[in-house]
Amino acid sequence: MAIEVKNIVKKFGAFAALDGVDLKIANGELLALLGPSGSGKTTLLRIIAGLDWPDSGEVSFDGEDALARGAGERHVGFVFQHYALFRHMTVFENVAFGLRVQPRAVRKKEASIRARVRELLDLVQLDWLADRYPSQLSGGQRQRIALARALAIEPRILLLDEPFGALDAKVRKELRQWLRSLHNEINVTSIFVTHDQEEALEVANRVVVMDKGRIEQIGTPGEVYDNPATAFVHGFIGESIVLPVNVSDGCVRLGGKPLNIEVNGAASGASKLFVRRHDMQVGPAGSGALEGAVRHVRSFGPIQRAEIALCAGECATVIEIDAPRDRELQSGDIVGLQPRRYRIFAVPE
Amino acid sequence: MTNTPQISSTSARDDLRTEPRFIRGLVIAMAVIFLTVFVVLPLVVVFAQAFSKGVGAYFAALSDPEALSAIRLTLMVAVISVGLNLVFGLVAAWAIAKFDFRGKTFLISLIDLPFSVSPVISGLVFVLLFGAQGFWGPWLQSHDVHVLFAVPGIALATIFVTFPFVARALIPLMQEQGTQEEEAAISLGASGLQTFFRVTLPNIKWGVLYGVLLCNARAMGEFGAVSVVSGHIRGETNTMPLLVEILYNEYQFVSSFAIASLLAMLALITLVAKTILERHLDEGPSPSGD
Repeated sequence: MAIEVKNIVKKFGAFAALDGVDLKIANGELLALLGPSGSGKTTLLRIIAGLDWPDSGEVSFDGEDALARGAGERHVGFVFQHYALFRHMTVFENVAFGLRVQPRAVRKKEASIRARVRELLDLVQLDWLADRYPSQLSGGQRQRIALARALAIEPRILLLDEPFGALDAKVRKELRQWLRSLHNEINVTSIFVTHDQEEALEVANRVVVMDKGRIEQIGTPGEVYDNPATAFVHGFIGESIVLPVNVSDGCVRLGGKPLNIEVNGAASGASKLFVRRHDMQVGPAGSGALEGAVRHVRSFGPIQRAEIALCAGECATVIEIDAPRDRELQSGDIVGLQPRRYRIFAVPE
Repeated sequence: MTNTPQISSTSARDDLRTEPRFIRGLVIAMAVIFLTVFVVLPLVVVFAQAFSKGVGAYFAALSDPEALSAIRLTLMVAVISVGLNLVFGLVAAWAIAKFDFRGKTFLISLIDLPFSVSPVISGLVFVLLFGAQGFWGPWLQSHDVHVLFAVPGIALATIFVTFPFVARALIPLMQEQGTQEEEAAISLGASGLQTFFRVTLPNIKWGVLYGVLLCNARAMGEFGAVSVVSGHIRGETNTMPLLVEILYNEYQFVSSFAIASLLAMLALITLVAKTILERHLDEGPSPSGD
């Protein structure tokens, strides 16, 4: 099922949760809505599900107006952040719910409902929990039961709100891989909301980065990581070193002192220089665009993470870099720093 | 040698944790004496007085036509008011807990109003509305509809006084449970009614029973509001509490206390049922038998 969202606006009082959002999702995609809390990602998900209504804009499924239908008629499977399992029903009855509430004319026979529920519990590998109540399950088990329940109605779209948000780190990792392989198996168009960039980059085919009710960038995980479209995306995804610089006459200046790097077409005026931690090359003193004093070094695995106080202008700015361990740094060393890859974004007026 | 400091340190910790023995004893004794004087003794007196002329006199007093009529009226009014307040309370709590709308706070204060108004005033309001000189009085009279000094008036006053119980028991419970399960049910294709009966109601059933229980106890025991609107027509508009007072004023102590003993038993049953329900409410709705 292809989904198209056009110019959606949703306000809660004076606060614009969504401020003109356009989005096209292809059939069979696994899409992540990524953003900080309050960016509007959950509101967008709820509008697609029919649990919230936009103030203006359009939502269509395969070209058909979805806003004309209620949540129950959209055939959307929704997995809630806190699972929202029916606490007074067994796991079995939870999964069977969507089949049991169908109108009598289309409702399946009891035997085939039972067979379908068994099949779904097998799919999420929890068939042995059928007679338990939700309160007797672990977080990861509840999450999978919530998913099985949503899949019972054979949804055309699967929506997941912070699917791994309430789980501990190890279970989260396992469930991520499991969700990916499940998506490959059933291939339903799926959208999940997350504030965890790692989760979005690892699981999704495409990532939609949102901030303050707007879409900042849409792209594959590689695109949003390597070619961030805006300062927000660069700052939000991956760890970045951010330095306030000034661009004028084809020259980048930090604290008044010119840096020996290309402007790369950045506009004149107050700007921010973004460099990934591992893209800052460390050399001997005087060898790079920047110079600094190493204050603290921690080494682990293949890298050493160094805190460096920059000496351009006043020695106030402290940055953290990741350097390979071919040349051990010592605290107190004076080093030269050269950004291998970097982006300059103008600071909005 | 090494033991001595340990012992003294544990006893020092005990001292910090609890009061000295004589203070504990004193406080417990005060509580027991207070409960005995103000709760147990009156209950004992009610039953002692009711049976003071023997079991025969007790049952004779209860089978008196006037007493039977009062019992019947009380039960009827309780069924009507509990039934209606169950529906009103569910609807009000559902609206308040599950939806956001303008004037919600105002609605919550309105629900609490009967608690803050003296029952006698509540009764008077109905006299002012339905009485002969009242707002709708002339119209009602010309159509020969009897509200005041009849069953409808008593039921109305009781409904007003007992309105908050069901709603009050449910609002915090339903607010705490949130709307996610309902949203899940709706997105799975359930209709509004299916969602209510299959998801919402099972989750609040103990709360509903709790509200109904308290509502019923108050409906059967209400005196002030009912006294104002009843008119005290013997054998017709006297409820049990009203009859207790009338018989007492006429020095018919056995009859008076016999009926009072029924109300006292209602109170005891309510108390036991309430304790059981509270245990269920604490546990939450999911049975944990494994």
